[in-house]
Amino acid sequence: MNKKINKSVIINIIMAIVAYGIVMALIYGGFLGRQAMSIIIPCCINVMLAVSLCLLVGFLGELTLGHAGFMSIGAYAGALTTNALNLPPMVELLIGLLVGGIVAAVFSLIIGLPVLRLKGDYLAIVTLGFGEIIKSVINFLGFTGGAKGLSGIGTYSNYKNFTFVYIFVLLTILVISNLVRSRHGRAICAVRDNYIAAEAVGIKVSKFKTMAFVISGFFAGMAGVFYAHNVGILKPGNFDYNKSIEILVMVVLGGMGNIKGAIVAAVILTALPEVLRSAADFRMLLYAIVLIAMMLFNNSKFRTVMIEKRNLKKAMSIQKEGE
Amino acid sequence: MALLEVKHLGISFGGLRAVDDLNMSIEQGSLVGLIGPNGAGKTTAFNLLTGVYAPSEGTIVLDGESLVGKAPTEICKSGIARTFQNIRLFTKMTVLDNVKVALHNHVEYSLAESFFHLGKFSKREKEMDERAIDILKVFDLDGQADVLASNLPYGKQRKLEIARALATEPKLLLLDEPAAGMNPNETQELMDTIQLIRDKFHITILLIEHDMKLVSGICEYLYVLNFGMELAHGEPAVVLNDPKVITAYLGE
Repeated sequence: MNKKINKSVIINIIMAIVAYGIVMALIYGGFLGRQAMSIIIPCCINVMLAVSLCLLVGFLGELTLGHAGFMSIGAYAGALTTNALNLPPMVELLIGLLVGGIVAAVFSLIIGLPVLRLKGDYLAIVTLGFGEIIKSVINFLGFTGGAKGLSGIGTYSNYKNFTFVYIFVLLTILVISNLVRSRHGRAICAVRDNYIAAEAVGIKVSKFKTMAFVISGFFAGMAGVFYAHNVGILKPGNFDYNKSIEILVMVVLGGMGNIKGAIVAAVILTALPEVLRSAADFRMLLYAIVLIAMMLFNNSKFRTVMIEKRNLKKAMSIQKEGE
Repeated sequence: MALLEVKHLGISFGGLRAVDDLNMSIEQGSLVGLIGPNGAGKTTAFNLLTGVYAPSEGTIVLDGESLVGKAPTEICKSGIARTFQNIRLFTKMTVLDNVKVALHNHVEYSLAESFFHLGKFSKREKEMDERAIDILKVFDLDGQADVLASNLPYGKQRKLEIARALATEPKLLLLDEPAAGMNPNETQELMDTIQLIRDKFHITILLIEHDMKLVSGICEYLYVLNFGMELAHGEPAVVLNDPKVITAYLGE
């Protein structure tokens, strides 16, 4: 069994290096136009958001619709920090990331403690509400720039600093995927599968729910900091429930509780609107069609055979039989 | 002194007395049955013992320690483990992981070690694997360690639930209808397993069961409940021939 794990670790490392190599080649090889360059970092940010939400939706099994709220808290906290500091850009960004992550985690804790007593649909609606409250409060406060937005943020995390952002993306993936394969992660999954049985074997349900919520909030906050330093201007309206739903779609599309799937879905769904730009008016229609097609594919026998058993020929024959 | 002392235990749900003045004294190492017609309050009694419900009155003392008012997780740490009438496994996890969840409080490492799989992680995980496999071997489930719990056949799911309960190293094991839905062969096998774990793990077992063959076959002592109240208690041969008990089950 140990050998199997080592093999998959090596494959993952190779995949991470290959992905890095491809993106670097694209950036410095001159294959991409300005438009395409500008979605590289958003891809990274969305991967961080999707993977962190995956912990909640896929592994803790709780549907939350307020992820954009924690992202915005991180974004503002990070941006205000770097604006106040006067240090080399990368040092500022590093401090901003830490502050953004921690502030978002603290808010996750404050919001999570009461909210996580709810279950299922109720939790979804209340988190949606909290996401909107966060947005409104930011809109109302003075030091956040209100509806005018917060500007003058150094664009430290643009594509030229891809390596730096990429390291944090890998860190997010590493921590979350390691966590779910540890005793703490097992406890989180146990809460998902049957909280009564989890309690009966000594797992403190509310502790692990809160733990997952805080960890997820921390990484969403860091993603927010990268977002702030990528676009350079923050507006509360950018973090409404549409953003939360967008992240949720990535997680669902990736197959709940499938981190690799969430990563792929995040990249595809971020790049798709750009790829479809030439379709002009039909862009969002095509986006929706691709989404539906991906969902159908995800639930098909074809996928199971092709991806899980790595047998394309057999998959094609199943497809011909029409199931 | 007895391992478990229950005195005047009672709980009401609104106007309903689900359990009323229950007294039990269970000796260390014994195998005791709790029987009664449907709706007699047997499972409620289990829920009181494991902290799912807080009793309206009465005392529960396990090994000198009072359990009244404690949360289920604390009671688990104090040494009571249970299975459920309707199986409650961690269905989307493997058989091995189901048992490893129960070892959560026994083999520990920090959250930071979970994040980066460093430090004590590998050593402790290996220890967990070994301990879990040892327990699974008793139930002949070690060959299916990597199977998802939901894919196990019914009888094995019941066994896995007992295995998981045992992993918490209880002093007292509560089994809620372990033979429900089993055919006579499976029941016979289960009886052997229950006796085996009692001897191998030196634990005390209290079980709820409707299968009288199992009850009279392995239980050394019986408590009978009816309408929340204790109807009789004593050795199986005596209790099962008690006219009051027969009336409760079969009617006048």
